[in-house]
Amino acid sequence: MGAFILRRLLGAIPLLLGIATIIFFILNLAPGDPTTFYYNPNVPPEIIEQLRRNLGLDQPLYIQYWKWLTSFFQGDFGHSLAQSRPVADVVFEALPNTLMLTGTALVLVFVIGMFIGVLQAVRQYSIFDSTSSVVSLFFYSMPSFWLALMLVLIFSLKAHVWGWPFALPATGITSVDYEFMSAGDKIMDRITHLILPVGTLTLALAAGVARYMRGQMLEVIRQDYIRTARAKGLPERTVITKHALRNSMLPVITLLGLYLPFLFSGTIFIEVIFAWPGMGRVIYDAIFQRDYPLVMATSFIFAVIVVLGNLLADVLYAVADPRIRYD
Amino acid sequence: MVHDSRRDNIADPESAPPVTVPTGTEAGVPGDHSTVSSSEPLAASAPTYALLLSALLPGGGHAAMGEWIRGLVVLLPWGVLLGLAYWAWERIIALDSASLDDYLAIATLFGTMLMLWSWALWDLAVRGRRAASRRDSQWAIAARQFKRNRLALVGLGVIVVLYLVALLAPLIAPHDPIAQENIAATGFLPPGGTNLLGTDRFGRDVLSRIIYGSRISLSIGFIATAISITIGTLLGAAAGYFSGKVDTLIMRFTDMVLAFPRLVLLIMIVALFDASITVIIIVLGLTQWPGTTRIVRGDVLSLREREFIHAAQALGMSRARIMMRHLIPNVLAPVIVAATLGIGNTIVMEAGLSFLGLGVQPPTPTWGSMVAEGRDNLLGAWWVATFPGLTIVMVVLAFNLVGDGLRDALDPRLRT
Repeated sequence: MGAFILRRLLGAIPLLLGIATIIFFILNLAPGDPTTFYYNPNVPPEIIEQLRRNLGLDQPLYIQYWKWLTSFFQGDFGHSLAQSRPVADVVFEALPNTLMLTGTALVLVFVIGMFIGVLQAVRQYSIFDSTSSVVSLFFYSMPSFWLALMLVLIFSLKAHVWGWPFALPATGITSVDYEFMSAGDKIMDRITHLILPVGTLTLALAAGVARYMRGQMLEVIRQDYIRTARAKGLPERTVITKHALRNSMLPVITLLGLYLPFLFSGTIFIEVIFAWPGMGRVIYDAIFQRDYPLVMATSFIFAVIVVLGNLLADVLYAVADPRIRYD
Repeated sequence: MVHDSRRDNIADPESAPPVTVPTGTEAGVPGDHSTVSSSEPLAASAPTYALLLSALLPGGGHAAMGEWIRGLVVLLPWGVLLGLAYWAWERIIALDSASLDDYLAIATLFGTMLMLWSWALWDLAVRGRRAASRRDSQWAIAARQFKRNRLALVGLGVIVVLYLVALLAPLIAPHDPIAQENIAATGFLPPGGTNLLGTDRFGRDVLSRIIYGSRISLSIGFIATAISITIGTLLGAAAGYFSGKVDTLIMRFTDMVLAFPRLVLLIMIVALFDASITVIIIVLGLTQWPGTTRIVRGDVLSLREREFIHAAQALGMSRARIMMRHLIPNVLAPVIVAATLGIGNTIVMEAGLSFLGLGVQPPTPTWGSMVAEGRDNLLGAWWVATFPGLTIVMVVLAFNLVGDGLRDALDPRLRT
């Protein structure tokens, strides 16, 4: 197992190198460069030229590439042009917020999705099965940005108007008066701010997991060993949880790796809509401000997380299924 | 999925209940009927009176012979189109000096009516020959399976209607999607009255903008998916067939694209390169192929060892010919499923880019940008963001239903 993980980690290096290279060349082949941000009738061309020299943009592309790559892999992510501070600072500020958002969502996606999928499969053809199939296909087809707006409209804006006992906050990570709250209120405040963004991410993706889980479970339930388990008089609960569930959960693990890119694409919308100070917002703003060092670092970190997530999924798969031997 | 209740009798197609086709679902796809074989044997040939009746009123012949469902499937869309032609007659006459769009709309209107008409006659004329033979090719079996899936048929109907709406937009849209009049008087009108779905900030009719927006979404979805499917299939077939270094190289590249959040790549390219609609389509197509590549490669890997491929090699066929003539046709089924689901996916992606202000630029209406415009006044004018979003959900749902139906119909592994 150790050898397998090591081999996969080594294999990830050229992958990440390739991704870094692609990001670099897409950014630098685009017309214009970071100094376009400063174009302004009040700024004389000499200053722009000076700026370009200071940033090293006057050097040939391959030299820029080499310098960026070497410092990047030495852990120096460079300096954010728009925010005038080290990229590492920006990332360390934003990454925990995104991980809190996506981590919570990911756990909920799999717990809720698998739970519904199993229930559906166990009660195949029941009213619950058909209604939740339709509902989950509906959420599965929904663009996350629109779902976010609708949830804000109902649970935040209209909830105020209709005078519901609760109206969820729709922007930011904490309330304005967060600093003055007691410890318990602070936790509650954080949780209420999480509900809508996490809810949006969860609804769309959990629907996919539920569909997949249902299919897997139905396939397993048809197997002979399930019939054997029933025939030898095991209670239905044991048959489902011990024999069917554990076997049908295996392929779902691989979804973990597949869902990470979707999740990160989704967080860009969610963070922009909910003004959530995370990586998605940073990357979105950085692209528009042509803050190349920041764009390169943040998108590279996304890619690293995705690659590691895939590796984790493979390892989990091998751990969960003793029939799989990688070495 | 919802349609599992039909799985039970799939193994025995003869005992299946007669197909009931929801009315209005098959308009515009008469080509499909070449593989139709009805579950009850049809009369040897249609009587002359039925042919005459059908010549007068398409579908009338079927109805007269007691085949109400087939008759209505033809008659209803034909009647709707005739009604539209009557209702929009003034517009049709006024369009003489107009653009390609308008000519396209008129051609679609009369072309579709003509197609329905000729299909009704053709079906009556050739029925005798068809009733005798029941085809058993892979595609004929799949078509029979598919027609048993009502949800998928509804989805197909929605898609056909939407493409018709997109083509007929200039005739259907009740208002000009871009015209702004007295904004103070017509801005943010609630749904109802002359503006069925209300108006936006500039007094533009939301329904008309949705109708015109369908052109962008549907065409981008279709073209981008065509690009991605072509690339994905070719790369996957090459990787699976050639194996070795080619395989490693292609699959490494696929992993790379898969590891990258697609939206980041899209935003980066569209924002930095000042993308036009053509570039957006191409980029959407160029970032969607990895899924198809993986599927195709897996299937080709197992096909490669089959006897008919060995036979083709022994006959001295070139590798390109084996790939194009023997491998790719055999992996088309999963590719078609992936394409159908991919169109829905691409429509959502395009809407997302438009929502972020990166798609087709205003004042051209797109569903995504309409949702974004509605975001500014969500509480006061909820209809501006809600209806375009609902349209996206409906379209994507339709593509997903059809995709699921095709998967069930085409994948023999699911026919348990």
